[in-house]
Amino acid sequence: MANLQAHPAGGERRLPTGRAGRVDRRRVPIGPLEYCRRWWLQLIVGTTFLLLYAPIATLVAFSFNDSRRNIVWRGFTFDYYVKAWNNQSLFDAFVNSLTIAVVSTVVSTILGVLAALLLWRFRFPGKAVYEGFTALPIVIPEICMGVAMMAFFARVGWPTGLPWPLNLSNITISHIAFSFPFVAVIVRGRLIGFNREFEDASKDLGASEWQTLRHVVLPYLRPGVVAGALIAFTLSLDDFVITFFTSGPDTITLPVKIFSMVRFSVTPEVNAASTVLIIITVIATVAATRLQVPTRPDNPGGG
Amino acid sequence: MESWRQNRVVFWVLGIPPTLWLALFFVIPLGIVWFISFGEKRGLIDIAITGTLDNYARALQPLYLQIFWKSIWMAGAATLICLVVGYPVAFAIAFAPERWKIWLMLAVILPFWINILIRTYALIAVFRTRGFANFTLEWLWEKGDWVLATAGLGEYHLLGERFVPLNMLYNNYAVSMGIVYAFLPFMILPLYANIEKLDRSYMEASFDLGAGHWRTFTSVVFPLTWHGALSGIIIVFIPALGAFFIPELLGGTDSQLIGNVIERQFKSANDWPFGGALSFLLMYATFGALALRAVLVGRGKALEV
Amino acid sequence: MEQAAPIISIQDVTKRFGAVVAVDDVTLDIRPNEFFALLGPSGCGKTTLLRMLAGFESPGEGTISIGGKDMTDVAPNRRPVNMVFQSYAVFPHMTVFENVAYGLRVVRTPSSEIDSRVREALEMTQLIDFADRKPDQLSGGQRQRVALARALVKRPQVLLLDEPLSALDAKLREAMQLELVRLQNSVGITFIIVTHDQNEALSMADRIAVMEGGKIRQIARPSELYEFPNCRFVADFIGKMNLFEGRIAGRENGKIGVEVAGLGQLWLPADDNGPVPPEAANVGIAVRPEKVRLRREPEADRIALRGKVNQIAYYGDTSHVFVALESGQVLSANLQNDARSAFQSIAVGEDVWCSWDPGDVLVLTT
Repeated sequence: MANLQAHPAGGERRLPTGRAGRVDRRRVPIGPLEYCRRWWLQLIVGTTFLLLYAPIATLVAFSFNDSRRNIVWRGFTFDYYVKAWNNQSLFDAFVNSLTIAVVSTVVSTILGVLAALLLWRFRFPGKAVYEGFTALPIVIPEICMGVAMMAFFARVGWPTGLPWPLNLSNITISHIAFSFPFVAVIVRGRLIGFNREFEDASKDLGASEWQTLRHVVLPYLRPGVVAGALIAFTLSLDDFVITFFTSGPDTITLPVKIFSMVRFSVTPEVNAASTVLIIITVIATVAATRLQVPTRPDNPGGG
Repeated sequence: MESWRQNRVVFWVLGIPPTLWLALFFVIPLGIVWFISFGEKRGLIDIAITGTLDNYARALQPLYLQIFWKSIWMAGAATLICLVVGYPVAFAIAFAPERWKIWLMLAVILPFWINILIRTYALIAVFRTRGFANFTLEWLWEKGDWVLATAGLGEYHLLGERFVPLNMLYNNYAVSMGIVYAFLPFMILPLYANIEKLDRSYMEASFDLGAGHWRTFTSVVFPLTWHGALSGIIIVFIPALGAFFIPELLGGTDSQLIGNVIERQFKSANDWPFGGALSFLLMYATFGALALRAVLVGRGKALEV
Repeated sequence: MEQAAPIISIQDVTKRFGAVVAVDDVTLDIRPNEFFALLGPSGCGKTTLLRMLAGFESPGEGTISIGGKDMTDVAPNRRPVNMVFQSYAVFPHMTVFENVAYGLRVVRTPSSEIDSRVREALEMTQLIDFADRKPDQLSGGQRQRVALARALVKRPQVLLLDEPLSALDAKLREAMQLELVRLQNSVGITFIIVTHDQNEALSMADRIAVMEGGKIRQIARPSELYEFPNCRFVADFIGKMNLFEGRIAGRENGKIGVEVAGLGQLWLPADDNGPVPPEAANVGIAVRPEKVRLRREPEADRIALRGKVNQIAYYGDTSHVFVALESGQVLSANLQNDARSAFQSIAVGEDVWCSWDPGDVLVLTT
C-alpha cells in the first residue's frame, strides 16, 4: 500500500517557482506500482470491457430498431416494446416471474436471516457439516438441482393444475431453496462487523432476547438484509435452469419464455423483453451493491 | 459464540425453519434422484428402485465418457481463457486509484447480474454469419483490400476475391466463447479480492532486491495470489461443466455437453434413472474439484467458495 | 570525515500527492558510513522521503543522487540501496534461506556464491539455525532479522530502514537498537532509519534530521539536538520542555534581558552562535525538566520561582513533579530517585522553590 505520508494542514502551498535553469514541473514518471498507468494493461482492460459490454449494448440498441431483422439500424421505435406488452403469453410470463420473485424474496430473506443468526450465534455439534449443507445449493451445478426438483415434485405427487397463483408454488419453493443460502452468506458477512458487546449491553440493560433482536441486532443488520433481499429477487427473476425443469405449460416465466422464443427466431421483441429484464436486475443489483458498502462497524444504527 | 445448550429456545427458533426447508426441498429431492439412479425404468413414469448399477455402467460407456471428456475439455479451455483474460483485468483494477476501483468493479459485476440466457442470446447477434463480428472482419477486409489495391497489388487478390464470412456460430468454438463470456466475472471477482489483499510491500521488497516486473510477478505476486486463481478456476469450471443452454443455443450438432444429455434424459428421452446417474456423476466431479481445491489450499478454508 | 563526498545527496526535492505537499523542498547530504535518522511525527514526510531514496516514489521536483550518480528516475531494482520494510515484507511462501537468497537469484548470481553469501548473512544475523523455516514459524524479532539479512546480503551502499522497530515490544526494541548499531559498525555502510521515536533516534543515530510538515526543521548530532534545539517544534518534540512566553527587553554586557509574564525580568547569557533576536521580539524561554531543581529555599545564582507541588508521577527511577507557579503556569521537574528515600523528600501541597542555572535556559525565536 502506498504509504501516503501527507501533512494534514493545507497550509500555504508552494507553487513551483521559476528558478533559472530548472524545469518547473516535469511529467511524473510511472511509479513501480502504478500499473494502471501502463498502456498495455489499459489496452487489455479496455478490450475486455468492450467485449463484455458490446453484445449487451447491441442487444439493447436493437430493441429500439425499426426493422424486424437485427442487422442494420433503420431508425428509432418503441414498437417492439408495445408488441411485447401486447403479446399475451409474454406478458403472462412476466407477471409470473414477478409474482414468484416477490414471494421467493420474502420467504428466502426470512430463512436466510434465521440461518445467518444461527450460524453466527451458536456453537453446536456438526456445525461444519451443517454449514457445508447450507452452502451446497450455491455450489452444485444448477442442472443437478433442477432435475432434482423436477423429480421431487413428480414423485411426491405435487398437485398440478391448481388455479393461479398456486400453480406457481413448485417454482417458488425451488427458488427459495437456492436463494436463501445466498441471503445467509450476505447477512453473515454483515454480522462479522457486529460488535457482540452491543448485544451484551442490551441484555445487561434488561432487554429480552426478542427486544435485543428487534432493537439492536436487526437495525444493524438492515443494510445486509436489504442487500440480501435484492439479490434473492434478482436470482429468482433471472433463474432459468431450475425454472426450466420445474415449470409446466401454464407456468412459464420470462427467462423460460425468452429461451423458447430464442430457439425459434431472433426478433426485436425478444430484445425488448430482455431489455426490460436487464433494466430491472441492474437497478436491483446497483441498489444492493450500494447497500453492501460497509458502514462503520461500531455503529449499530447501520445507516 | 455461545453453545446451543445455553439458549435452546432461541436455537430451535432460529434453526428449525431454514433447516426444514433445506431438508425438504433440497436434500430430499437430491436423495430421490440418487435413489432413482439405482432404479430401472418400468413404464412411462414407473421406476423400480432395484439397486442396479446399470445406469452408471451405461454412463461409463465410451459414447458418454467421450461426452464427459469433451465437457471437461471445453469447460477447462474456457476456464483457462477466463484466467488468462481475467488475471490482468483483476490486477489492473486492484492497482487502480481508489476512487475508480468501485466503478471498475461494478462494471465487472454488472454483466454477471444480467441474465446469463440473455447474454448468451446477445452473442448470437455478434457471431452469426451476418453478425457484428463478421461485419467488423468485412470492414477490415475492405480496408486491407483497398490498401493493397492502392499499393498496386489489386490484381493478385491477396486477401481473396471477395470477403467470405466466417462461420462463428453453431460450433464448439462458439460454445467456448459463450462460456467465457458468461463466466468471466466469476473469475475476476476472487482474483481481484486476492490481489487487492496482497501487501504491496512484498512487491516493493522484490523490486528493492533487484527483481524486475516479470520476475516479481512469477516469484512473488502469483505465488501469493494463486488461491484466488484457484477459487476463480473452480467457480468458473463447475457451472461451465454443467452448462446446457449455452451449447443448446450456440453449439452445433456435435456440441452436446453432459448438461444436454442430462436434460434430454429428464425431458424428451424420459429416462430418469440414467439421467439421475449422469447428474450424480456430474455432482461427484464437482465435489472432486472442490476437494482438490481444499487439498491445494489447505485445511480450514475448504468451504469458503 | 566531514570532507568525504556525500553518499546520498538530496537537492531541492518536493513531492506532492494531489494537493498535499508531503515533502517540501528538502535538501540534505548524507555521508558515507553514517547512521542517519529521519525523525518526526506521523505525516511529516519522512517515510515519503525514504521511499524516494528507494525509488518507490519519484520526486515531483529536485534530484536525488546516490554514490555520486543521479538516481532521480532510476527504477528501484537498479539502485544500490536496499530497504528493511516496516512490515518486514518477508515473503511468506519462501523459507528464510530463500528469502535471503532471492535478491541474489534475481540478478543471476552463481549458486555457489549465493550459498556462501546467504550463510554469511544468516550467521551475522544469528539466523543460521532457522534457514529452513517459513516466516510464519518465526517470531517478530526473527522476521525482522530476516529482512535485515535479506537487504544486507545484497551489499548495498546504503541500507534504508522504515520504522524497523515499531512492531517489536519494548524489551526487544532496546536490544535491537544496540544490535543495529553493532551491525552498522561491522558492515560499515550507511544506514538511514525512519522513526517517530525520539529515544530510538537519539540512542542510535550519528545525525538526526527532524522533519515536520514536509520540511526539515533541524539537522544535528543527538546531543546537540537535545540541548540546543533551534525551534519550538524541535524542543517540544525531542524530550519534554517547560516553555514560557517572553519578550526581549534589553541587552547588557553579553546578557539579554527577557520579560516573562508572571516571572518578571530574567537575565540570560546570550548565545554567541545563534541568531540575535531583535529588541522587543517575542521569544520562547525553555528549560528541560531534569535541569530544574526543587528546594525549600531559593538558591543563589540560579533562576528561582516559587510554587506549590500539584502532582507527583512516580516512575521508579525518576519522579515527575508538577509545580503550580504563582503565575498559574505548571512547571514540571524530574527528580532522580537516587536513594530509596528520595521520593519521600517532597509531597503534594508543599511550597517549593524551583530553580535552574541560567546557562541551561534556551531562547527560542521560532
